[in-house]
Amino acid sequence: MPSTKISWMIGGAQGTGVDSSANVFARAAAIYGLYAFGKREYYSNIKGEHSYFSVVISNVPVHSHMDEVHLLATFDSETIARHAWEVVPGGGIIYDSQAVNEKISNIPTLERVVYERIRSKLERVGLGETVGDILEAVRRDGVRLYPIPYMEMLKKVGEATGEKQLSALTRMTNTLAVGASITLLNIPIKHLEDALTQVFRAKAKVVKSNVAAAEIASKYVKSNFAEDFPYQIHPTQKKNRLFISGTSAVALGKIVAGCRFQTYYPITPAADESVYLEDHETFKLREEYPHLKELEVLDGYGSIVVVQSEDEIAAVNMVTGAALTGVRASTATSGPGFDLMVEGMGWAGMNEVPMVITIYQRGGPSTGLPTRHEQGELLFSIFGGHGEFPRIVIASGDIEEAFYDVAKAFNYAEKYQTPVVHLLDKALANSNMTVDIFNVDKIRIERGKLLTSWDSSLGQYKRFRFTDDGISPRTVIGTENGIFWNTGDEHDELGHITEEPSLRDRMMEKRMKKLEIADAEIPDSERVSLYGEPDAPYLVVSWGSTKGAIIDAIEYLQTEGLRFAFAQIKMLNPFPTRFVQNIFPSYRRVIAVEQNYTGQLATLIRARTGFQVDHLICKYNGRPFSFSELRDGLRDAVITGSPRIVKRSGG
Amino acid sequence: MAVKLSMMSYRTPIHNDWCPGCGDFGILSSLQMALADLQIPPHMVAVVSGIGCSGKTPHYINAYGIHTLHGRTLPFAIGIKLANPALTVIAVGGDGDGLGIGAGHFVNSGRRNVDLTYIVFDNGVYGLTKGQASPTLARGLKTKALPRPNINDAINPIALAVVSGYTFVARGYAYDTKHLKELIKQGIQHKGAAFIDVLQPCPTYNDITTKEWYGGEDRQVEGKPIPRVYKLEETDYDGEVKTPDPLEENNKKLQAISKSFEWGDRIPIGVFYRNKFIPSYEDRLAERITNYYTSPPARQPIASPDGRPLASITEVLNEFIV
Repeated sequence: MPSTKISWMIGGAQGTGVDSSANVFARAAAIYGLYAFGKREYYSNIKGEHSYFSVVISNVPVHSHMDEVHLLATFDSETIARHAWEVVPGGGIIYDSQAVNEKISNIPTLERVVYERIRSKLERVGLGETVGDILEAVRRDGVRLYPIPYMEMLKKVGEATGEKQLSALTRMTNTLAVGASITLLNIPIKHLEDALTQVFRAKAKVVKSNVAAAEIASKYVKSNFAEDFPYQIHPTQKKNRLFISGTSAVALGKIVAGCRFQTYYPITPAADESVYLEDHETFKLREEYPHLKELEVLDGYGSIVVVQSEDEIAAVNMVTGAALTGVRASTATSGPGFDLMVEGMGWAGMNEVPMVITIYQRGGPSTGLPTRHEQGELLFSIFGGHGEFPRIVIASGDIEEAFYDVAKAFNYAEKYQTPVVHLLDKALANSNMTVDIFNVDKIRIERGKLLTSWDSSLGQYKRFRFTDDGISPRTVIGTENGIFWNTGDEHDELGHITEEPSLRDRMMEKRMKKLEIADAEIPDSERVSLYGEPDAPYLVVSWGSTKGAIIDAIEYLQTEGLRFAFAQIKMLNPFPTRFVQNIFPSYRRVIAVEQNYTGQLATLIRARTGFQVDHLICKYNGRPFSFSELRDGLRDAVITGSPRIVKRSGG
Repeated sequence: MAVKLSMMSYRTPIHNDWCPGCGDFGILSSLQMALADLQIPPHMVAVVSGIGCSGKTPHYINAYGIHTLHGRTLPFAIGIKLANPALTVIAVGGDGDGLGIGAGHFVNSGRRNVDLTYIVFDNGVYGLTKGQASPTLARGLKTKALPRPNINDAINPIALAVVSGYTFVARGYAYDTKHLKELIKQGIQHKGAAFIDVLQPCPTYNDITTKEWYGGEDRQVEGKPIPRVYKLEETDYDGEVKTPDPLEENNKKLQAISKSFEWGDRIPIGVFYRNKFIPSYEDRLAERITNYYTSPPARQPIASPDGRPLASITEVLNEFIV
């Protein structure tokens, strides 16, 4: 059965190494030369609740996860109970041969509603309620079963490595599952060994025992099962790539973009970015320019100060304070943290301070679904806060884009002297994917009207001097003769408080004009990306991390003769109004795809352009759109014409 | 430095709209005198304020003046200082600003011990909103704008500062500018978080702890008032921690807290607690980032003249290469 994509899944209780196993598996595939995309799902919990990782591997670039599972690797009963049903006919399940007699009613973390659903499903086909019954049910549908005696094999691992502690050995159960998976998929085991070495690099002993475990599992699979697992993929050519998560990519983007001050208050899923930055607070400098006097100043290395603040209010205001001294500064948060930041963002808008807020959206409202995905902060990012002030809002579609967009965010902030919101989300933060190695040469740093000195013979420096474009040359705190005043009150050109109506009008117009200038200056190519066939009859419009699943879906639908173009809106404010007005009406149908209830982009398009999209495909259960859902959803939209399609998959 | 800086060097021509007789004037001129005494160039000073009458202070000072949000003085000030530790950062704000809406920042800033000076204008009322009770007004007091006596107990700012970790804790009096100036100088020179609580009558809304009351006009002996305010340095009180011994530190803290509850007939001003042995946040950073002081965030070049990034991530990327 040929397939260009294989979907592999591993699950288990949180705290048992599911993440690192998935990381090892995906890396092994990537080292082999395949593309990989990994999606992580977890509860707001430290230990015990069910988490799983879905990894899609392919010999062509892959941008999204899929609902169908080709190979499910398990080492606990809960993963079988929840996910066995997702395995396609011909696909396989790797499981603990000793677990088959366990009753599913004994799984304490399985929600009652899920238990009932499974029980009645089994009852309908005349089966009982054990793990073995589930396996039998799916076997009847054509799923292959691969029982592995984990306990026996762990004993062998213990003999081979001299490890006697049972707890240390049990930690290798998931490596047995990964070793079995790699062998069934016919990926050479040496790539798995390389991956284990990379992931556990600091711990030689751990590498050694895990390699032993992988080999023992591999040998067992080879001698006990026929080598006929139908889903196999082999790379066409091997090229070095990165396998990286969204939060790490953004953190690296910040280092390259010159961000030297970052604050945060711990929040899921944003904290990983700041923790990564703090772990890499000093970094090397590029060796390509040995003659630059800038490098001499730095004494061999650069650094970023990362401050964990007492709350998000402090986080945003520390950033603004730091930015006033000239440093590129940012904070990273999620929706609830951004709620607390809007007053501070308003002050930065009022005082024209360049600063960047990175938002990783998650399920809302309130605490919502703290570890799950949503795109709920689009309109809030643009309109949140009292009064009116300019701000730029951008959204990245995938991990690679996110890296390069960070530098753009800081450039916009400094050129237009305004806060910039960089919208990301949980799906992007916690996914890992293979991407081309980041090319720092593609990045340019533009600092706008930044002054390093002020000639006092030109008169007193005026921070908010009225200019044609609304942007005033900016000194930073510490500049001789460059003294300025800032206030959240309306102010005059020096920055002193005023309530004089004509001055208020001019200042308001000066500030708001900067957005018009940004709108005129920033080319459409930076604000919208077009994919698919531009002359197709149907247009998909979306923003953020839905990009991957949309691209994979429209590529697939082309094989069915359904042709789509896809407009990814990257700059949400100022909105690319002219572009939308020019091209949208030429399509037979326009379909908005969003991970929220109300269709916030569709609302924004209507507000900014008067254009009404024909269909909304939306989802708000906290799990990102899969390739499969958008494949079916887009087909549905154009064939049945439903104006609103809600997607609900995901465990 | 060619020109000697005087108090005038720190003045602006902006019209000052504080009420006549306001204690703010004394604090403003004490601060200007302190800066002049220390000869700190105005462009190396940032005065950061919150909201309220005291929030206007930066506009009257010729230095970088950052008039921020209600209660957020300290986060702004900390951001400025950590990005460029060469600056002298003075945070000013009211008691409502710092101990009410900004209390979380007040406590957490003590833990960090960032090298800045925080002056609280402590008058017991929210003046600009017409005299509501602030966190330092004692329970049961009914200042003239209050419809009912204050229902909340008061915060003790000195004790709170000590337990929060401020390493210089003092109290001044707005009408003793010479003394206050010296406290501010010591605060600026102290390498760490310095907190100065300044008792400051509000002539418009606080008709209880007035200038006359602090001055003891109500209890004259032979025609002479017996002031309530007295100076700690004129007694045998010593708030200075002399050795890096935790036991001594704790004893000095307890002594300061105990002293801070003295109120009513005798009200101490001066230095309650000082500890030079706690490293500042900047020193803590410099232990990890060894060139932090020579290349702090604000001073780091980030790009070549044609905009190419200077940072290299080549080595870091190795951990992700597959």
